[in-house]
Amino acid sequence: MSAVPSTVPSAAAFKVPGFWRRALHHRSFVIGGVLTLLLILAAAISLVWTPWSPYEMNMAHKLKPPTAAHWLGTDTFGRDVASLLLVGARASILVGVIAVGIGLVAGTALGLLAAARRGWVEEAIMRFADFSMAFPAILSAIMMTAVFGAGIVNAIIAIGIYNIPTFARITRASANAIWSREYVAAARACGKGGFAITMQHVLPNISAVLIVQSTIRFAIAILAEAALSYLGLGTQPPQPSWGRMLSEAQTMMFQAPLLAVFPGMAIALAVLGLNLLGDGLRDLLDPRLARAR
Amino acid sequence: MPLLEVDDLHVQLQTQRGPAEAVRGIGFTLERGETLGIVGESGCGKSITVQSLMGLLPSTAQVKGSIRFDGTELVGLSERAMCEIRGNRIGMIFQEPMTALNPVHTIARQVGEPLRLHRGMARADARKEVLALLERVGIPDAASRLDAYPHQFSGGQRQRIGIAMALACGPDLLIADEPTTALDVTIQKQILELIQGLVEERGMALILISHDLGVIAQNVSKMLVMYGGSVVESGPTAAVFAERAHPYTQGLFAARPALGAPRGQKLATIRGSVPDLIDLPSGCPFAGRCRFTIDDCHATRPPPTPMPHGHAVRCIRLGEVIAEGVLE
Repeated sequence: MSAVPSTVPSAAAFKVPGFWRRALHHRSFVIGGVLTLLLILAAAISLVWTPWSPYEMNMAHKLKPPTAAHWLGTDTFGRDVASLLLVGARASILVGVIAVGIGLVAGTALGLLAAARRGWVEEAIMRFADFSMAFPAILSAIMMTAVFGAGIVNAIIAIGIYNIPTFARITRASANAIWSREYVAAARACGKGGFAITMQHVLPNISAVLIVQSTIRFAIAILAEAALSYLGLGTQPPQPSWGRMLSEAQTMMFQAPLLAVFPGMAIALAVLGLNLLGDGLRDLLDPRLARAR
Repeated sequence: MPLLEVDDLHVQLQTQRGPAEAVRGIGFTLERGETLGIVGESGCGKSITVQSLMGLLPSTAQVKGSIRFDGTELVGLSERAMCEIRGNRIGMIFQEPMTALNPVHTIARQVGEPLRLHRGMARADARKEVLALLERVGIPDAASRLDAYPHQFSGGQRQRIGIAMALACGPDLLIADEPTTALDVTIQKQILELIQGLVEERGMALILISHDLGVIAQNVSKMLVMYGGSVVESGPTAAVFAERAHPYTQGLFAARPALGAPRGQKLATIRGSVPDLIDLPSGCPFAGRCRFTIDDCHATRPPPTPMPHGHAVRCIRLGEVIAEGVLE
């Protein structure tokens, strides 16, 4: 852990004493970490190898149950379900990373600004956040796709925008707590301005909260992508996505129930893994718990 | 021209229950190299007074009156101009050494920050300067501990680091807000001696806030006794200690524990509690708790009554108070 460069703000969080030693004994962190690694691994493997081509249809072998050749069977068009799941992981990760990235960057910036400026700036940002939180993600995504057209890019942007107020609120609340600390008063007494204090004192000290929140929002983004694709507003054919696999399996519910079970399980495991990872990080990065050890 | 001239300073804080008059018309002057102590109970406005000097009050606070620092009016000065003064011309030491340092940055970085900010020093130059500062404030083996984090130091050492940080740019005025309250007694003495030595060595002016009369007696040449947001007694430390003219000052002295007092003896207390700053009485703020109170005390705020040696007391019953004090 000493190898983490001190210039990376989030690295500060990992300087909590004995982080990795405690991490390996934390059950939900380990399970969540393994499941998340599996998700990343699936996406990575699909880049270089899949058992079959996920785009190749074979009507002669459609709706096959799992066999040695097709481990998880084939779908309505005779495509290999295992290959589709591997490639579908890419869409989930892409959506998760970019949508969380948009929310994290914009939301954190707004939250930090609100905490640093207070007064009417804070009020304006927070009331705007309240306002946009009143819209369900799916609804704003449907609005966006209605205006700009359906597609993975618009879906990602819609989910990203939905993440902004969440991050803004969490950032502001945590940043306000840091602003009332004495070392911030000491920094101000040294003549530091609001921007320098925000970057050097506030951000490093709230990074743990943001890391944890990111893992949870990542899981929610994967669910949102699946939901949007299920509605036909997300990933477009022929790109595979877990949500679209579910929606295609829906019509075959009684002939081939396994078609719905596999992508459903993939989504559930990915979301479960990220949530457990987030829970674990929350415990591990809390300095109070670390000291109480 | 005095270094610091505070005149009729008023600070109003916005609280959930309405505006609170935290500071009501205080004034004092401080020459270069002079030391001033401010003493009083919690909530009497000591800290608010020095925070207004530093421009560190919340933005909702209203400051009226005048604070002239080396000829510059600080009340109403822009945040940018204030940043030039803070840490550069005025340094501040905080009460809680455990929380006054950021846990995620190294000591070298934190102490060097004012130098890089105000002197535009390069990292390597600032580092050399920081080493000299840390050695001066008495951090043992400072060279090897530049890259250590605050949690690797003891409370006393952290306060020394805080002092190094306040001194980095060689300020003209050093403000110490209860610098030893959180430390144990032996460390307290060392820290006060360090501050004392530095003030003499560098010719800085010092404002020392404390609720400990012993600390005030040993470290400053003049003092203010604050109560309910106003100065009830002021003057040279020796004169105030000798005469203790205001009933509140007398109460403070009586409440000190004495060495050698018989076991089980109760300390003297001042009956009642500190007045609520939101709803201060119009007369003398101490009127409700003072045994010399007459109706006139509730009517108007007493004006300062001058005493010998530049000592002043705000009490209209001074004659009776002093007469009784002499009898004791």
